[in-house]
Amino acid sequence: MDWRDQGILLSSRRHGETSAIIEAFTPDHGRHMGVVRGGAGRRIAPILQPGAQLDLHWRARLEDHLGSFTVEPVKSRAAAVMGDRLALSALNAVTALLSFSLPEREPHPPLYHRSVALLDMLGTSELWQLAYLHWELALLDEMGFGLDLSACAVTGATEGLAYVSPRSGRAVTAEGAGDWKDRLLPLPGCLRVLRPAPAAEIAEALRVTGYFLETNLAPSLGDRPLPAARQRFADLQARQG
Amino acid sequence: MSDAPAEIETLIEMMAKLPGLGPRSARRAVLHLISKRGFLMQPLAEAMQAVAQTARECLNCGNISTAEICPICAAEKRATGELCVVEDVADLWAMERAGVFKGRYHVLGGTLSALDAVGPDELRIPKLVDRVAAEGITEVILALNATIDGQTTAHYIADQLEGRVNVTSLAQGVPIGGELDYLDDGTITAALKARKSL
Repeated sequence: MDWRDQGILLSSRRHGETSAIIEAFTPDHGRHMGVVRGGAGRRIAPILQPGAQLDLHWRARLEDHLGSFTVEPVKSRAAAVMGDRLALSALNAVTALLSFSLPEREPHPPLYHRSVALLDMLGTSELWQLAYLHWELALLDEMGFGLDLSACAVTGATEGLAYVSPRSGRAVTAEGAGDWKDRLLPLPGCLRVLRPAPAAEIAEALRVTGYFLETNLAPSLGDRPLPAARQRFADLQARQG
Repeated sequence: MSDAPAEIETLIEMMAKLPGLGPRSARRAVLHLISKRGFLMQPLAEAMQAVAQTARECLNCGNISTAEICPICAAEKRATGELCVVEDVADLWAMERAGVFKGRYHVLGGTLSALDAVGPDELRIPKLVDRVAAEGITEVILALNATIDGQTTAHYIADQLEGRVNVTSLAQGVPIGGELDYLDDGTITAALKARKSL
């Protein structure tokens, strides 16, 4: 068995004295693990930084085997974000959430392409925080817990949407919320439309996506806690506001 | 199945657990030790015995020492107000080999890692914050690896020490003797960002 694909490195851990077991997110093979011989050595270890774009060649005798990767670097993203604590924490959050959420060997091409686009924006584009926010929405959507923010769940109105129902994940207008508004989550505008927004608004939107990641996604994955890296990013973003 | 007596076989098995050694190389090493029993094996055994009885972590910095406080922390002349934060003792030894840094150290014992569930509480970060106040530290130098985990840890520590002390980190770029043609794009990016006037 063998295949060749590009992928985002999600994690790397030492295996024995000289090798590493890596976890990569590829468009056609999803989240896939494998051994990199010599992956703990001086030549390859620097390449195996989370977020790196790699050319991967996977081989195994049987499909079920862990198999081994031969890796070639395509793009290192570490240097671009290392000096920027917010971008670095976002990179950690992206790789940790993908590693946490994705089932093994199940392709998710739209999420893959979105993740590549986001990682390329980190620390280089002014809109990367909004891109991160919408990437979390895409992640929820891809995992089957997407929010429907297009129209009010009560009145059907598409204007004046002010809240999100924590139960259904659907938008609600102030009028539709009525006496229930205290039980609803606020709906920051930047969550509906990809447009420049102040840091405080992005932080509030992250609290909303964080709520759904924690209450919908995490329980479906065996009730494991969300990766701490995601909370660290949300905390840093809140401090910016 | 081995031809060696049980005691020697046990020694080979123990040696094979050392980094860089496997069963075959451990066997060769043990044979070598046995052939040089008088002037190599016996002193080695005594040295190992002595270290096994006395080696411990310095209570102040986390360095390996044979006393409660390591010689670096005990030396008054190293109280320069500079504190160099390193990931592990191997990094401390590397810094000492360079012989340039004259202050004291703080060994974290690892880096923050989501994968290995290493959070701030698993590292010696609270002790670092205490030391900054107690030892009159004026500058904390973060000498952590230029990896995602290393730099995530560096930013976290910088956050914790914000407003208390001057925090600096090692420069990143072209290594001495390095040729640009052989450098990865990340190193070249970092070197270009950290360029200086000549």
